[in-house]
This record gives sequence, C-alpha cells and structure tokens, in this order.
Amino acid sequence: MNPDVTEVLALVVLLVVAVVATVAVLTRDPARQAVVLAVLGLTLALLFTVLQAPDVALSQLGVGTAITPLLIMLTLRRIRRGDAPDETGTKESAPEGEDR
Amino acid sequence: MSGLFGLVPHLVAGWILLVGMYGLVTSRNLVHAVGCLAVAQSATYVLLLSVGFRRGGTAPVFSDASPHSVVVDPVVQALTLTDIVVGATVTALLLALVMQLHKRHATVDPDRLNSLRG
Amino acid sequence: MSRSARVRLFLGAAAAIAVFYVLACTGLPHFGTAAHPYGDRAVAATLRQHTANTVSSINFDQRAFDTLGEESILLGSVLGATALLRRTDDEQEFTPGQVRVLPSTRLFGTLLLPVALLTGVYIVAHGQLSPGGGFQGGVVLASALHLAYVAADYRSLKEIRPRELLDGVDAVAAGAFTTLGLAGLITGAAYLQNVLPLGTFNTLSSGGLVPVINAAVGVEVASGVIVLLAHFLDQALATRGERTTTERGSS
Repeated sequence: MNPDVTEVLALVVLLVVAVVATVAVLTRDPARQAVVLAVLGLTLALLFTVLQAPDVALSQLGVGTAITPLLIMLTLRRIRRGDAPDETGTKESAPEGEDR
Repeated sequence: MSGLFGLVPHLVAGWILLVGMYGLVTSRNLVHAVGCLAVAQSATYVLLLSVGFRRGGTAPVFSDASPHSVVVDPVVQALTLTDIVVGATVTALLLALVMQLHKRHATVDPDRLNSLRG
Repeated sequence: MSRSARVRLFLGAAAAIAVFYVLACTGLPHFGTAAHPYGDRAVAATLRQHTANTVSSINFDQRAFDTLGEESILLGSVLGATALLRRTDDEQEFTPGQVRVLPSTRLFGTLLLPVALLTGVYIVAHGQLSPGGGFQGGVVLASALHLAYVAADYRSLKEIRPRELLDGVDAVAAGAFTTLGLAGLITGAAYLQNVLPLGTFNTLSSGGLVPVINAAVGVEVASGVIVLLAHFLDQALATRGERTTTERGSS
C-alpha cells in the first residue's frame, strides 16, 4: 500500500518541524530563539493544515507566530532595561519589527 | 512500507519532546528555558494530530462536505486546539515569573539563582 | 549538582525514555490508520447536534465541561500574570517617547486594523460552521488590536485599549460559560448539556448552545490575551525598574 500525496507531504513537513525544533533549542540567545520559535510556529501550522486540522492550524498560527515570540521579546526588553538602570527611556529604539 | 514508515510521526514527536527537555536541562537563561518548554509542548500537538490522521480523510468540517465523507479524528484536534491557546497563557505566566525573579535577583541564570540560596 | 553531572543524568534518563517510548510506539496504530473509534462516535454525535464543525461541537458541547476547565486555567494564568506584573513601589511609570513610523507602515497598519478585527469577529461568529471559533478568533482579535502599536506607537494603543474594562470583561465572560451550563440544570438535564433548539444544519444559528458558549470563549480569550499583552507591554515599554541586588523582604 503506497502512501498518498498527503502522507508524503506530511512526512516532509514533519521532518522540517523536527529540524526547526532542534534549531530552536540549540539557539541559546533568547532573542534569536524567539524568531526561531516563530518559524517553528509557522511550520507547525503548515503541518496541521496538511494533517487536515484547519482549526488547530489557525490557533497555532496566531499563538505560535505572534503571541509567544512577542511575549518573549517583551520579557527580554524589560530584563535588559533592568540591566542598564541608567537608561533614560526617552530614546526608544522601538522593537516594531517583532510585532507580527 | 508500513513498518517503520508508519511510525515516523510518532518518533518525530518523541524527538521533539526529548530535544526540548535537553534544552531545559542545559539552559543558562530562564527565558530560553521557557522557549524550550514551548518546544517540548509542541511534541504533544504533533503526536496527537498524527495519531488522529486517517488516510484519505478530510478536515472534520461539514459545512461544505457531505456528512458521509471520510474525515480525520476530530477528538484529538479539539484537545490540541484548546491546549495551544491555554499553553500560550501559561507561557505568559512563566515569563512573568522570570521577570519577577530578575527584579529580585538581577539574574535569569538558573545556576546563579541556586548559588544565591546558598 | 554540577552541570556535567546534570547533563549526564539527563542523557541517561532520556535514553531510557527513548527506549520505552519507541517500544510503546510499536503498539500504537500506524500513521493514517482507518480505526478511529472515538472520532467516528464524535462525528455521529456532531451530526445529531446539527453542528457543521465537529471540533467546535466537541469543545463546546460534547466536552464542554473539559473546556470549562481549560478556560479556567486560562483565566488563572491571566490572573497570575497580572498579579506578578503589577507595578511595584520601586518602579516608576514613564511615557515612552514618540516613535517615527514609516508612512507606509502607518498606512498599512491603519488599513489592516479594521480588517483584522473584522476577521477576528468573523472567525468567532462562524465557529460552529467553518474552521475557527472562540479560541482562534479570540487570538486573532487580540493580535489585531496590536496593529495599532505597529502603525503608530504605544500611546495610541493605550488610547484604544480599555484595559480596566477588559479586565472585567474577561471575568464576566468566564463567568458566563459557567452560568450557561446552568441552563441544562434548569430544564432538568445535565450541567452544560446542549438544551437550546438545535436549529437548521449549517446555518449561523445552528448547534444550540455551541455558538453561545463559543462567543463567550471568544470574548474571554480576546480580553485575556489583550490584558496579558498589556501588562507585558507596560513592563517592557513604560516601566523603569530599579533592580534590587540588596536583599529585601528577608522575612
């Protein structure tokens, strides 16, 4: 019994997910890791779509690519501000880029 | 074909779980550890949805499909769906804890936190 | 425990987990199996309940009590994070300076904000029909609102975000879920049993209690995530904290 196209596609995406997950763990800088986690969220959403789970893909897309990385970025920003107490706060180099 | 091949998704899920746990154990930054926990958590999504997949099945939504069409298992999808959103808020709670730790101890390195206790 | 000892301990445990996991997997149905006893029963029940989206039917009808539990975790996490991120006495609030935004970013953000909000409402409202529902739509709604931050700055976001109100809305929506379950008890059925008229299959009003609970969850998730992000943004952008390396609260 040969696997159909969906199954082959699912297996390919699965392997991509495994690789991205490994990269996410091995990325030791949390700011970079947040970006890799966003990519992981995207590939997971793709996998769920291939596995015929559009409901799950939709929520993974919102949470995995937007909310979780954003929360990590904001946490880092607060922590780094604490590390540099002399920062005046008037000069904000806004992290707009991370906001999607 | 169906021997080990049919187990690849399950094994990938196991790999993701272990790799996430490895990251947790070796992490030197609690923010990074929270990220690794998120990775380990996604293993459960992969496992559940792989178990629920049915060959030739379509999405379990009947708004534009015949009620007799073959669909994949919706139960595991429902489990995964709620867990993703709830998991995100739990991640937020953990990150809030990390922020508090940093305020109190000025470090997010778990090893240095240990030495603070003495 | 030293670092290397910890890693060695982990590798040993991980090897054991891996062995037993692979052994367990060989007993699992293979990928793509045709045997889904729970799935088949859930699909049959869903069609009986006139709900087109099986996943929504499971979440808000067949497993509604479980979802109530999940939702309580969500509420608890939001509460916990709120409590942890309150501004303390030694932290000062400041107004972040204005940020220059590219005109194209501003234009796209302004155009996309209403579209994204509408998409969120659509996804929540059609949860019982098409892929989507309260959990997904709520997340879309919450992230859509933050386009205001991308398009303008933190001050603009604060103006369109009634946080105190949303705090209350979050709790009310969580309470609504619990209260809706009582409808079953009043009519003599079980808690959270779907007792409303089921309506015509594949219409917006079908599914009985499903769209109602779905909407409550949508409101709760949206307001919960907005409140969470609000506290994080407040901490990250508008709070100057003095880190206290000196010991405090030694009690």
